[in-house]
Amino acid sequence: MTHFLATYGWQLVAKTGQHLYISAAALALGVIVAVPLGILLTRMKHGANFVITLAGVLQTIPAMALLAMMIPIFGIGSTPAIVALFIYSLLPILRNTYLGMQGVSPTVRDAAKGMGMTWWQMMVRAEIPLAAPVIMAGIRLSATYVIAWATLASYIGAGGLGDFIFNGLNLYRSDLILGGSIPVILLALLIDYLLGKVERAVTPRPLR
Amino acid sequence: MLLSMEHLRKEYPNGKIAVDDFNLEVDKGEFIAFIGTSGSGKTTTMRMINRMLNQTSGTIKIDGKDISKMDPVKLRRSIGYVIQNTGLMPHMTIQENIEIVPKLLGWSKEKRAEQAHKMIELAQLPDDMLQRYPGELSGGQQQRIGVVRALAADQRIILMDEPFGALDPITRESLQDLVKHLQEDLGKTFIFVTHDMDEALHLATRVVIMSHGKQVQVDTPENILRHPANEFVTNLIGEERLIRAQPNILTVSQIMLKTPVSITPDKTLDDAIDLMHDRRVDTLLVTDDNGVLEGFVDLDDINRITDGTTLISRFTNRKVFYVQANSLIGDTVDRILKQGVKNVPVVDAKKHLVGIVTRTALVDIVYDALRGAPEANEEPASPINADIHAAANHEGGDTAQ
Repeated sequence: MTHFLATYGWQLVAKTGQHLYISAAALALGVIVAVPLGILLTRMKHGANFVITLAGVLQTIPAMALLAMMIPIFGIGSTPAIVALFIYSLLPILRNTYLGMQGVSPTVRDAAKGMGMTWWQMMVRAEIPLAAPVIMAGIRLSATYVIAWATLASYIGAGGLGDFIFNGLNLYRSDLILGGSIPVILLALLIDYLLGKVERAVTPRPLR
Repeated sequence: MLLSMEHLRKEYPNGKIAVDDFNLEVDKGEFIAFIGTSGSGKTTTMRMINRMLNQTSGTIKIDGKDISKMDPVKLRRSIGYVIQNTGLMPHMTIQENIEIVPKLLGWSKEKRAEQAHKMIELAQLPDDMLQRYPGELSGGQQQRIGVVRALAADQRIILMDEPFGALDPITRESLQDLVKHLQEDLGKTFIFVTHDMDEALHLATRVVIMSHGKQVQVDTPENILRHPANEFVTNLIGEERLIRAQPNILTVSQIMLKTPVSITPDKTLDDAIDLMHDRRVDTLLVTDDNGVLEGFVDLDDINRITDGTTLISRFTNRKVFYVQANSLIGDTVDRILKQGVKNVPVVDAKKHLVGIVTRTALVDIVYDALRGAPEANEEPASPINADIHAAANHEGGDTAQ
């Protein structure tokens, strides 16, 4: 253990940094796209099912295949990895945003509109705060997925903790395999815990 | 005119006509209840007033200004809105809920807080409740907040869509008292949608009865009870309620016999006996030449006098108990019964004799009010009732038949 850290310590920190960067970038893109899209879907009579099914289909593409498919388009490196993981992050966020917004009681929406809120005010003051816990749960789920799958990104040259694991597999070195996978697990647990805190923070007090 | 609706029509794309040629003028301080079966268009009509729905044709004006030319958001901020199940924001405190519209209007923090304290007092709830959340309050308390929230920005018109439908009867009554107070003492104007006829009759200054998108009758509760426009209205009100309401809406003139037997004071005792015999009555009302009631003579008085040429004026009983034709039965019946007289003459404002109320007619009214049997007017419905009728007939005689 100490030997491993002494030898690979700085590399571990660097790889963890890469891993976090890839995951965070993919997740951020996922949130930026899926939350507004999910909200938009609740405003449309038709199309919601189609879009959510489409996101579901994307989800079924094997991770390895999706990563490989990115190479002809984006080459190798972190960009194709971020794009692929972004696609994976979409479905949980999209679905939870849609369900969360749908779950806001029509009475509340009717009252908000009837009192003279604009579309934007209804969103910001009533609907999004009430849907926030569900949306946040989707983001949290996506985050753990993305961190787990980001290990595969090493295969297309994106770096990250996957580098340890794949090197370990190639060289049959269990210290490298564990040295890569244990930090990934810890990272996923830590992020899940932190986002759990955020989820609680965005939940309106009486609804906790 | 505060609010006027002219030839309103709402037609949905599928061809369903929800509201057809709706016309109404509402004055400040009125309490208008829309009532009807479901699908009658009452809620649709109400929702067009704050443009939650837009009419297909027709105009709605507030203070003479066409609302279709106003910004709907601004319009809605100027009109109170209360819906069933409160519509309170569950993630906001009571204070934040009350302050929603003032905040939208850009009031200062201090002014908003001051208003919130004023409103919670108006709702007759403790001040510390402002910091609680809606979920911590009972249904009745929540709706009290819902009601005062609609006034927080000094709205003059308040729309209410079956606001008390989900509450138990006792809570509902106390909330009805609250809105009645707001209307009567603060001069707020209410447009109130309900399917509860008791509620409509109790609260409204005018009731709008709707069916299949059309107005069936628009009138005061009293007039609707007195003259239901058609069978639909009668059914909607319910026979029971119509009968129970009778003593409070029927006037004496509606139950009196319009052919009282009267005689003038210059006639003689012989004339009186002949008249009694002809008309088969034991009492004659005495009126002057202009028909003004002076008193009465009855058989007992006539028996004691032997001279057939005695003038009526000589033995007229001038202490006569009479009632006004336009007074309500409910106010009169007790007095009539307490006097213990058989028949009561009815006079108009100038004391002209216009009719007579017999105890028989009163028995019918009292009976109907207590038992709610509409057919009792025509014929006795039960043996007990038959006894009462017989007794009444016996006592009252055929005085003025």
